[in-house]
Amino acid sequence: MKALHKLIEERVKPNFTGDGKLKRFWVVFDALETFLFTPGHTTSKGVHIRDGIDLKRTMFLVIVAMIPALLFGTWNIGHQYYLSLGDITTADPWTAMFLDKIIVGAIKVVPLIVVSYATGLGIEFVIAGINGHAINEGFLVSGMLIPLIMPVDVPLWMVAVATAFAVLIAKEVFGGTGMNILNVALTSRAFLFFAYPKQMSGEIWIHDVMASKTGGLLADGYTGATALGHLANTVGQPVQGEVSNGVMAMFTDGGMFSLMNCFVGTIPGSVAETSALAALIGAAILIWTGIGSWRIISSFIVGGLVMGAIFNLLSLNAYMTIGPVHQIVMGGFMFGAVFMATDPVSAAQTNRGKWLYGFLGGLFSIMIRVFNPAYPEGVMMAILFMNVMAPTIDHYVIEANIRRREKRLTAAVA
Amino acid sequence: MPEPVKIRKGLDIRLKGGVQGGSHDLPAADRFSIHPTDFHGLVPRMAVKAGAEVKVGDVLFTDKKNPDIKFVSGLAGTVHEPIRGEKRRILRVDVSASGSGTAAGTSVDPSQPTGDAVRAAMLSMGFWPMLKQRPFAVMPASDSIPRDIFVSGFDSAPLAPTAAMVLDGRMDAFRAGLSYLNALLPSGRKVQLGVAGGDTFFAEVTEADLTAYSGPHPAGNVGVQIHEVGPINKGEVVWTVGMQDVANIGEGLMSGTYTAKRKVALTGSRSQPALLNTTVGTPMSSLIKDRVMTEGTRVISGNVLTGSVRGEEGALGFHDQQVTCIPEGHEPLFFLTKGWLGPGFDKFSASRAFPTWLMPKGKEYDLNTNNNGEERAFVVTGQYDAVFPFDIYPVQLLKSILVGDIDRMEKLGIYEVAPEDFALCEYVCTSKLDVQDIVRKGLDQMIEEFA
Repeated sequence: MKALHKLIEERVKPNFTGDGKLKRFWVVFDALETFLFTPGHTTSKGVHIRDGIDLKRTMFLVIVAMIPALLFGTWNIGHQYYLSLGDITTADPWTAMFLDKIIVGAIKVVPLIVVSYATGLGIEFVIAGINGHAINEGFLVSGMLIPLIMPVDVPLWMVAVATAFAVLIAKEVFGGTGMNILNVALTSRAFLFFAYPKQMSGEIWIHDVMASKTGGLLADGYTGATALGHLANTVGQPVQGEVSNGVMAMFTDGGMFSLMNCFVGTIPGSVAETSALAALIGAAILIWTGIGSWRIISSFIVGGLVMGAIFNLLSLNAYMTIGPVHQIVMGGFMFGAVFMATDPVSAAQTNRGKWLYGFLGGLFSIMIRVFNPAYPEGVMMAILFMNVMAPTIDHYVIEANIRRREKRLTAAVA
Repeated sequence: MPEPVKIRKGLDIRLKGGVQGGSHDLPAADRFSIHPTDFHGLVPRMAVKAGAEVKVGDVLFTDKKNPDIKFVSGLAGTVHEPIRGEKRRILRVDVSASGSGTAAGTSVDPSQPTGDAVRAAMLSMGFWPMLKQRPFAVMPASDSIPRDIFVSGFDSAPLAPTAAMVLDGRMDAFRAGLSYLNALLPSGRKVQLGVAGGDTFFAEVTEADLTAYSGPHPAGNVGVQIHEVGPINKGEVVWTVGMQDVANIGEGLMSGTYTAKRKVALTGSRSQPALLNTTVGTPMSSLIKDRVMTEGTRVISGNVLTGSVRGEEGALGFHDQQVTCIPEGHEPLFFLTKGWLGPGFDKFSASRAFPTWLMPKGKEYDLNTNNNGEERAFVVTGQYDAVFPFDIYPVQLLKSILVGDIDRMEKLGIYEVAPEDFALCEYVCTSKLDVQDIVRKGLDQMIEEFA
């Protein structure tokens, strides 16, 4: 590898430095060079040795944790597509047309990822170039999260607009990586939700379901709605009414949205949010490597279970009769708990604050989705709300520390 | 002995090249050097001219702000022209050996020492610079009155020597030193001595209040021990003294001569570890002679977390009892093999992002000085807290320093800390920030505010 490094240093680098032709693209060169080779910089003051960890490895491990969700999501896009066409049945979900499903999924997912990274990194490179600072690795994770939380049939230009909005407004105006108040990926999703409400609801959760419907190809009983979309219809209806009973039938054992199907994730939804199992594997990786906060993940889940249990006791409508465990494996709850709420920059920063932040996040996620059917994806709203509240939570945790110190001083003086 | 106080947060960095066995006498050095920069904020005023002949214990320079505080020669010989840096700041004063003789001082009766006598003797004979003060991590003023004096009886830093090694044969001097220091405290109070849990070396010491500690580094840092026993409030002053300097003060005040003996552990993967008997002010070159491969090596006075590089002709740090020699890390690291995406079996990490944490606890690492990444914005949270055993929020304190908010620094506990307390935070930092440097700047802002 020494030869490669020498080649870069002697042949490539001069183009980007001094009077080189490409000196305007120095940031790009620097980012790529440091990607390939951790520089031979040594400690200059303070400690003489440094931990092996750096931001690149940290971010990379988060992406590794997302891989199960990504792979499952890819497969599930194809799975839902062929289900909607009636080409396969739910009896044998795993072996039938496995490759076909992957291909259909990849055709949908790969362009989403490419658009997200191209837009986001493009903006990051330009801004880093203008400001003359090195490119932070933060977007490596955001850029992967954005496609994973998009509806399957979202137009690519919308992804590009949403990514640009999120990177510019949620992150760069606040000073870039490490300074943002809101989670970048969720901001992109919220942007689409509010800017294009018409296009972001209805028949976008299963590939080509609209075309299949108009072509008369859709299998019986398929509407293309998500679990939360169906449940939203029961709000305001009597518990044992016709509508509620029809919806609730899908949530019993053997139904389309049975507990098992929701947990494994073989249901329609955003690209990679459907599988609670895949999210939990990701959680295991994040907690195992110590990169994701176990405090946030666990308290978030507990918060969701508590709210689900409270609703379950009340059972004022059919939605509330769904069990707490069933509640948290539906929709984006688990994905949000593992990958969104744990974003260290926008979450609470103190250990005590993390407990409260996670708990309230989980609580509100379930509360919003049940109370307000206009926002079926309560987890997105809840986490963004908690992002805003996180500094306040930290403030009170730190004030308590300050008061302890003041009390000690008063005691010492007395 | 009472149950040890458990320090739960921290990190033991397991390096290769620890010292074992007995000590060797180093031949008498031909030069004595003192770096005024070892005393933060000190402005020295030379008391002798270049070419003057001095005896052991003769004054070389004084503290401009506290003229009572004297810095003396540890060697009889000829004074050189001081080595100066920017703005003619004095970086080092050398004395080359010639002749002999020791300046006469005043001894203090160890059975009935009075505070005034001890203070006067320590000031006049050059022992005062052995003291450190908190808040602000500086040398105390000559009229400073401490609430407590803390001595850590064990060093938990990587590769540090044990108390039994560095105080071998000096227990009487050490106990006498404690008696003298007790005289400087309000009546009835004793020096606070922190000892390692299970260590019986100090079992017979009655001149101090003993507290035992167990747990990872920084359990042996005096700052942690102060925090456990009696945290510093605004307006309070606490002194700290190194354990070998306690013995030096004891021996020196008993005999009435300047004493600055030092047992130094030569450690690190690039050295043949040894315990060396020498004195404060010995040039680094004589400490590492024949025992260190200097090519591509960083020779550190002190430990890998807080030590300093002394330059080719520099001397051992005034307060240091260890030299650490580790390889430099100038090699660029290809990302798939040694770099950020490599398996990293040879990397030591507090995080579990490397397989290190699966290795047996006894495995030792040969770490180099590579930064292992570049400086980045602050992203990861909770990392400092895991290695910082204070009831202080480290990140928030650092941020208050960065924005220069004096009031907030005070509220968040800056009086209790010294840069060395943040050394592990700096080590584990994913964003590679210079944490100790930030803390030092914060303390300097506080000093200025109170000046």
